[in-house]
Amino acid sequence: MTGSILDTFFEECEELLEAMDAGLAAIEEGDQDAETVNAVFRAVHSIKGGAGAFGLDDLVAFAHNFETVFDDVRSNKLELDEKLIQLLFRASDHLSDLVTCARDGGEVDQAHHGVLISALAEYIDEDEEELVFEPMGVGASFEPAPLAPLAEAQEASYDIRFHPLKEMFDTGNEPYFLFQALSDLGSLSVRLDDSELPGFDAMEEGESYLSWELTLVTSEPRSAIEAVFEFVEGLCELAISSEGDEEAEEDALAALNAAFGLAPAEDDVAVALPLEQPAPEVDETPAPVEAEVEVEMVSEPEPEPEQAAEKPTKSKKESAKSSGPKPTLRVELDRVDRLINAVGELIINHSMLAQQIANLDASDTRDVETELEGFKNLARDIQEGVMAIRAQPVKPLFQRMARIVREASAATGKTAKLVTIGETTEVDKTVIERLADPLTHILRNAVDHGIESPEARAAAGKDKAGEIRLTAAHRSGSVCIEVKDDGAGLNRTKIRQIAIDKGLIPENAELNDSEIDNLLFLPGFSTAKEISNLSGRGVGMDVVKNAVAALGGRVNISSTPGDGSVFSIILPLTLAVMDGMVVSVAGHTMVVPITAIVETMRGNDDMINNLGADGTLLSIRGSFVPICDVAGSLGLRCSSHNEPAGVYLLVETENGDRCALAVDDIHDQRQVVIKSLDGVCGNVPGVSAATILGDGKIAMILDPESIVTASSSAAVFDTDRRMSNAIAS
Amino acid sequence: MQLQVESKHTEQSEFVSFTVAGQAFCLKITQIREIRRWQPVTVLPHAPADVLGVMNLRGAVIPIYDLSARFGLEQTEASERNVVIVVSVNQKPVGLLAESVSEIISIDPDDIQETPQVDSRNTMDFIQGIISQNDEMVRIINLNAVISSPEQVDL
Repeated sequence: MTGSILDTFFEECEELLEAMDAGLAAIEEGDQDAETVNAVFRAVHSIKGGAGAFGLDDLVAFAHNFETVFDDVRSNKLELDEKLIQLLFRASDHLSDLVTCARDGGEVDQAHHGVLISALAEYIDEDEEELVFEPMGVGASFEPAPLAPLAEAQEASYDIRFHPLKEMFDTGNEPYFLFQALSDLGSLSVRLDDSELPGFDAMEEGESYLSWELTLVTSEPRSAIEAVFEFVEGLCELAISSEGDEEAEEDALAALNAAFGLAPAEDDVAVALPLEQPAPEVDETPAPVEAEVEVEMVSEPEPEPEQAAEKPTKSKKESAKSSGPKPTLRVELDRVDRLINAVGELIINHSMLAQQIANLDASDTRDVETELEGFKNLARDIQEGVMAIRAQPVKPLFQRMARIVREASAATGKTAKLVTIGETTEVDKTVIERLADPLTHILRNAVDHGIESPEARAAAGKDKAGEIRLTAAHRSGSVCIEVKDDGAGLNRTKIRQIAIDKGLIPENAELNDSEIDNLLFLPGFSTAKEISNLSGRGVGMDVVKNAVAALGGRVNISSTPGDGSVFSIILPLTLAVMDGMVVSVAGHTMVVPITAIVETMRGNDDMINNLGADGTLLSIRGSFVPICDVAGSLGLRCSSHNEPAGVYLLVETENGDRCALAVDDIHDQRQVVIKSLDGVCGNVPGVSAATILGDGKIAMILDPESIVTASSSAAVFDTDRRMSNAIAS
Repeated sequence: MQLQVESKHTEQSEFVSFTVAGQAFCLKITQIREIRRWQPVTVLPHAPADVLGVMNLRGAVIPIYDLSARFGLEQTEASERNVVIVVSVNQKPVGLLAESVSEIISIDPDDIQETPQVDSRNTMDFIQGIISQNDEMVRIINLNAVISSPEQVDL
């Protein structure tokens, strides 16, 4: 169960880190108003709080330093200058590293960790530095343990009575954070007042019954305490009164309780709690009915543990949400996919219905057709809506890229600024996830190879700081992501020379500019003379090309000498739909992905040439391409070489080999919904997935790559067998 | 071989009986999701003889097995008269081609007899028990043995 809470915590961390990055970016832009600063502070603070509950000490310690600096910024003790902002950025990057390490169990770069901590410490006042954040177990997460040693003589003591209204929980605030903030001010003891708690039957969900009596011993002025409750003003009943020293006894009690790991409020609860009742294990969705009945049986008047246990999780979630711009809902991907399937079926169902009505022998079908049109529009609306659920804005991805550029420019000693445009453009979730690596690569390249050194830029009359524009936009049914740098542009002479040196092109090859640019995508091409720390890691742009191709997209380069280069990635809107060519093979209808097809042609006998015993080649404008009979390779028909010439689809495989797929006929070109065959029948050679056609029939989506490989390896196998036969005889 | 059928209460459990290659078989009614008329399926390349292909079940692609071929009997000549019994194996729908569905029978768990020892290993695995119904022998199919796991079966 703890695992699932931990997962939730990390999910929330992702959101919080995003909020933090967004806030920092806004601050860098010059937006330094209190709300923005507070948003970042809250994000860091929530991460720290959560990490504390799980005992992630490194994370807590670092977040604490980070937060302390930010707190000083918030209270205007620190000036947000360029240097501090850069430090905060690095700290935020490191914080996200720490979160990743905590989740995946990696190693933190200790040296870097130390450098950042001491850099942050420079900004922190001595006395505040003294505070140690005490990591707490999940169970005790409700009450902060008293932090400072017992009060000093001149410190004032305040009695605070705090009763949250139910609206406070609606807005995602949480007493725990308030108490934590109070405990930062001095020594705090907390007592829960559950006297207003009605009987179990009278309890209403969402109503707030609990109050707290807090005693704070602090040297801070009263205003500091009021500031803590600033966020919940009007959402709670609050009374602050200062008294003499008589509560020293209570302090001692609180300290005692803390020493036993029991905070006062929980103490009350623990008495009533049966031992096997695992109060600390708060599930994401507690099953109140069962648990409450159990409690009731043991000790009738105390449904309190449920209340106490339920609230933190619930409101913690809400508080994470409220920091984002819009309320969101976390839904399992499975559910969405099921909905997408159902909608796809609805649309197919519509077209079948339309077909049936058209075939009807009725005299007047006009009314029905009107209604059917309405049905169609509704179905399309639903489909768009459902697809939109999977779609997500590219903003988080772009924010991550800002970090890549920061690191890359730090490593190369260049100054580069990332400008992002179209962050709200929505793309399928999977596409976003799988776009991160290629995009990282392109951006590193842009900084490393694209942007010139500051001196060279100055000499060329450019701004010393290079600019990289990352743009996302929808363009006629596809998504276009562009990386544009204002560097020197591609050095075509050099690229050509490298390609010749590496034997990628013949020396006398005549290439136009765009062909030279595209040499970058060839496997084994790397322009970096020495393997630099950054982009030359033995992987070239071909990796980018393959990753994008795997998503059904393509990459283009254009470049103007002196003005920079543009890499554009063009992707389909969703992975669930694909452009395909509907063909028939030995009486079966099948679909070939358009992206694989270079050209199609109707063959005649003149074009077919035999090679050896069973090889056939198709001659296309003077070059010979091996023919692969699709029906034969799928085992649907015995391969024979005297077939009447059908239609040939010229396909190109990933390593650049061409092959002509022989099919019987081409019917149509259309968008098809991809249905995975995983779990249905395992891996079928030559088939990548299935789709459902307009008539409700399933058609296989062919995988040209594996068909070509299979047919060539079969040929090898044949040869081997013949050879072994020859040897045997 | 122990019977897998739950027999906590002496309440009768319901089975759906059907014929495959002239023999009577049955499945517990709770294992069956739906019964459909046979429609031509899409053939899977390189599939074994007992895998007929895949069918569209309201947007889901489900594999269809020929029970007869699976039991080592002769392959069924699928026609309009045949039925596809859709069952759930490991939460995944799977279609089984049968000749025809006969009836729903209620059986007292005590009336289920153990499969007598026969020579065929497959039969022993596939048949969970037998029932005598109107002097006819009805074989209870052990679904998990017949469709162990879709991935395994096909490769």
